[in-house]
Amino acid sequence: MAKAKQRVAIVGAGPAGAFAADRLLRRHGNVEIDFFERLPTPWGLLRGGVAPDHQEIKRLDETFERETLARGCRLFANVEVGVDISHAELMRHYHAVIYATGAQTDKSLGIPGEDLPGSWPATQFVAWYNGHPDFRDLEFDLSGPRAVVIGNGNVAADVTRILTRSPAELERTDVADHALEALRSSHIEEVVVLGRRGPAQVAFTSSELRELGYMDGVDLVVDPREAELDPLSLRWVSERGTFTVRRNVELLREFAASPPGGAARRVVLRFLRSPAEIRGDGRVEAIDVRRNRIAQTDDGALRAEPLDELETIHCGLVLRSVGYRAVPIPDVPFDERFAVVPNREGRVLGSDSEPLPGVYTVGWIKRGPTGILGTNKRDADETVACLAEDLAAGALPSPPEPGREDIAALLAERKPDLVTAEGWHAIDGHERDRGRELGRPRVKLAGRDELLAAAGGTG
Amino acid sequence: MTYIIAGTCIKDDSCVEACPVDCIHPKPGAPDFETAEQLYIDPAVCIDCDACVEACPVDAVFADFETPEKFKYMLEVNAEFFAEKSTAERTAV
Repeated sequence: MAKAKQRVAIVGAGPAGAFAADRLLRRHGNVEIDFFERLPTPWGLLRGGVAPDHQEIKRLDETFERETLARGCRLFANVEVGVDISHAELMRHYHAVIYATGAQTDKSLGIPGEDLPGSWPATQFVAWYNGHPDFRDLEFDLSGPRAVVIGNGNVAADVTRILTRSPAELERTDVADHALEALRSSHIEEVVVLGRRGPAQVAFTSSELRELGYMDGVDLVVDPREAELDPLSLRWVSERGTFTVRRNVELLREFAASPPGGAARRVVLRFLRSPAEIRGDGRVEAIDVRRNRIAQTDDGALRAEPLDELETIHCGLVLRSVGYRAVPIPDVPFDERFAVVPNREGRVLGSDSEPLPGVYTVGWIKRGPTGILGTNKRDADETVACLAEDLAAGALPSPPEPGREDIAALLAERKPDLVTAEGWHAIDGHERDRGRELGRPRVKLAGRDELLAAAGGTG
Repeated sequence: MTYIIAGTCIKDDSCVEACPVDCIHPKPGAPDFETAEQLYIDPAVCIDCDACVEACPVDAVFADFETPEKFKYMLEVNAEFFAEKSTAERTAV
């Protein structure tokens, strides 16, 4: 009889988990892989993060399907590890477990008024317009003429575009229907985007920055005084600036030099401005913003140094986009300071800083919330190399319950509304069919009940 | 002619592996790979073989004459990337 395949659980079916499965199958084909996913749908931020007007990128789901589910990986979705099944139970069924749970919450600003109604983490706005079932019932007040977005990264760019795109453009995407409806009646005319440092330090990619300047029906406004670099930044750009930094500086100069065209909506990029306080009587009415200047730290880095100059920007909505943060997984080590699972090249480390046999990690929960989709491929290669080495060396003992059907039976009993690959394909087919009728890539089912009903009976 | 990579690149490096003339940069491991927002094709070296188009999982690669209007500006940007440092310099041992 052929030797039973070694079995690997991947917790989190987002891009990091999908790339890990793909790389593991390529490198060490003789394994069986099961995904555990908290939501009823796979692919994580590809579905729930990537902006709907960047539909091209979402096509990566075809690769994930082909390289994982179509190659025999099983999907156990609508199952939360740590709630529905414990880490210890997984270790009884699998030779190895790879945690790929990502970063599910946001960093806070630590300023007064941050939690006033009308001030939101941008990540919740993203989850809402992308139809994440846990966020569909949020109500964003779009009745005022101005919104403020805090942050200069690509999530800030995404939410700024979604707030200013015309409904006609959004209708051609897979933006969630509840969001489309709310955005149709939006009264927002101006989105002010605050960067605490200057044009040389923005975290936008130059493609995202350029896109903000070339939207139909939207003017991009940059104050020429704020687009000019201070002497420290000038020197830094010429000595250490990347291709992207040089392009960003150039683009911002161009934008600053072009007069606004009288469009109905506008995006205003402000630099060297930090939020000091969000104010309002029971809800957001204004934000106080402090001016900064660029200063150099002892290690040569350029940071924002606050000046004694405040201004008030009136607004009805604040989206805070200063980064994602991971949350701990029950019974798995967690480094609170860096908000990652402590690891060495993907091998999870115990409290003695030695690897825990059979426990691995990949993606944002491993390295922190940085990099783009493809970054996960190299990250997965690193983790998978460790895992393949341990598997080949026989370093991972056989679990007490290695039967492939044991875990499926356990989950079916515990989670009657378990969603498997078949259930997901029923959801996917349903969404695409509805999209086809309307000339959209898909019409998302955004409620957990609707998703489970569409998966229904096949699970 | 040449091929270009649009800003929708996700830095999946499938195209680098597929390219028979090594003209897609920066490559994983290169000093500017991590800070690069995307990969670029060197128009001076590209032989128009289409392998990268086949390999790209998000259809971010285009032949210059098939590049959608909104990505036309990337023709210049791809070339500019190599004007700073050529493929020859990048592949020198």
